[in-house]
Amino acid sequence: MADKVWVYIDQFKGQPVAASWETLTAAKNLTASLSGGVTAIVAGSGVKAAAEQAVHYGADEVFLADDASLMDYRAEPYASLVSGLAKEHKPEVILFPTTTRGRELAAMVAVDLNTGVLPDVTELELQGDRVVVTRPVYAGKVLSKAVCNTNPQLITIRVRAFPAPQPDPSRQGKITPVPPALTEESVLTKVAGYTERSGGVNLNDAAVIVSGGRGVSNNPSLTPPDGLDERQAEIWRAQQGFKLVGELAKVLGAAVGASRAAVDAGYIPYEHQVGQTGKVVSPDLYIACGISGAIQHQAGMRTSKVIVAINKDPEAPIFKMARFGVVGDLFEILPSLTEAMRIRLDK
Amino acid sequence: MNIVVCVKQVPDSAARVVVEEGRVTWGDAPLVINPWDEYAVESALQQQETHGGNVTAISVGSENAKEALKHALAMGCGNAILVSDPALANADSLLTARVLAAAITKVGQVDLAFFGRQAIDGDVGVTAAQTARLLGWPALTLVSVIAEIDPNSGKIKIERSIEEGRQVVEGKMPAVISVVKDIGEPRYPSFMGIRKASRAEIPVWSLADLGLEVSAPFVTWPEMKNPPKREVQTEMITGESPQEVAARLAEKILAEKVL
Repeated sequence: MADKVWVYIDQFKGQPVAASWETLTAAKNLTASLSGGVTAIVAGSGVKAAAEQAVHYGADEVFLADDASLMDYRAEPYASLVSGLAKEHKPEVILFPTTTRGRELAAMVAVDLNTGVLPDVTELELQGDRVVVTRPVYAGKVLSKAVCNTNPQLITIRVRAFPAPQPDPSRQGKITPVPPALTEESVLTKVAGYTERSGGVNLNDAAVIVSGGRGVSNNPSLTPPDGLDERQAEIWRAQQGFKLVGELAKVLGAAVGASRAAVDAGYIPYEHQVGQTGKVVSPDLYIACGISGAIQHQAGMRTSKVIVAINKDPEAPIFKMARFGVVGDLFEILPSLTEAMRIRLDK
Repeated sequence: MNIVVCVKQVPDSAARVVVEEGRVTWGDAPLVINPWDEYAVESALQQQETHGGNVTAISVGSENAKEALKHALAMGCGNAILVSDPALANADSLLTARVLAAAITKVGQVDLAFFGRQAIDGDVGVTAAQTARLLGWPALTLVSVIAEIDPNSGKIKIERSIEEGRQVVEGKMPAVISVVKDIGEPRYPSFMGIRKASRAEIPVWSLADLGLEVSAPFVTWPEMKNPPKREVQTEMITGESPQEVAARLAEKILAEKVL
């Protein structure tokens, strides 16, 4: 008899992502008032160790689908697997981490099971047999309570909204092998490969982020190499600025973020954009360098624990949200701050 | 190729959105085409320019959403359809996906259906995947590059943006594609495009036209509220030199115990 609350364990190349464990914490909060344990679903190829890890992190039972056809995440076979198990065992709640994979899977499983899905949830509360969730909408400008009125209630948990539990290697649980739901021939897509990120920390789950804005190009004392037109010279200047941002990030073990203005101006690739049309982040420490703090940007970082703003303009709106502010030239402050941190963190 | 692009009308991203008396309001900020969907329109138009065919823009919404469709027409879409019905007033994502899947089926012989990654109002971000699932088509979501399309064999190869980098996926058309910003800056509507769009008659389909019956939505929103005010006392760090400022700031940050 499987449990009422299930958690989908998201993994990449066999390694569960941290958000999966955070989701187990959210599930445990529910089972504290709803009877029973937590059942985890682990799917992939060569993922037995991941299933054991799920037990260490708090799962009481694990459905383990370990098959070559599940080697790479693909929406269709993964969704059919989760839907099939849910049809058979009828859980009341299935939680997924809000990774790109978790959100997509929850969406498709909702179609298969003819139920609702509540994505990117930051809080859960049990009222009777309904999970009342809180979801940031309008990029966090508004909070929405939401309820799924059918079972299973499909919910994806925002990354970093819940703490990860401490693993306990002595913890025991039941691991039940299950077959894949689809054969390779019936899947319409093939994964041809990956181009992995070249180093650096992933913005989505970063605990510390150092971000640059339009201001990173604003250093007239730098002389660009000959032969650049005005726009190329501006981008060159910005790249020197982002080098300083990157050096501080390296010392802090931080991810590099950027404002929309910096991305739109071509200073840095889009994957770094924080804001309403970029990534919504919630780190412990957010250092904004040369970012004025447009509403658009604030929406993406307003739930950061400690915000530090460095900006030339004392009127910049970012200072109103900052715990610490420095009015000054980031080209002078950043190298000194990097050095000061390097000494203090002994790096 | 026969291409559909699904667009939504939303409050502008610069709008100050707040809750007043339990209702979400954005003052006199304009309603615009969802910024992510402009990238979807751009990508759809690029494919049409390469392979020929037509792009139909579809929106689910009130009469007012015709403005978002007119933006898509002004960018270059060949025609537009609004699906509007009082029964859709509180539609959740699955109901919206059902309506879009039915509309795409009614358009007929569609090779590709484009979506933006999510709408910036509800931030739900599941409609593309759900529509694909309902249609039984591959869901190629969060696409940053369309590397290859062969209209004859139906083969398509794309790169998707995931947390770890990019995943290269091959699939078969018909397919659903949701795009991210890397796909390319959306074009501005041309003067001719704007004139054409302003004169366009946009047909409105009801649920009955789609042969759909609607039950109550699965997801409801009992309460909207403003987020707690950020209680922050800003401390400005000053000093005689950048080194002094940096040293003070470093001590302050470390004292917060977030590193």
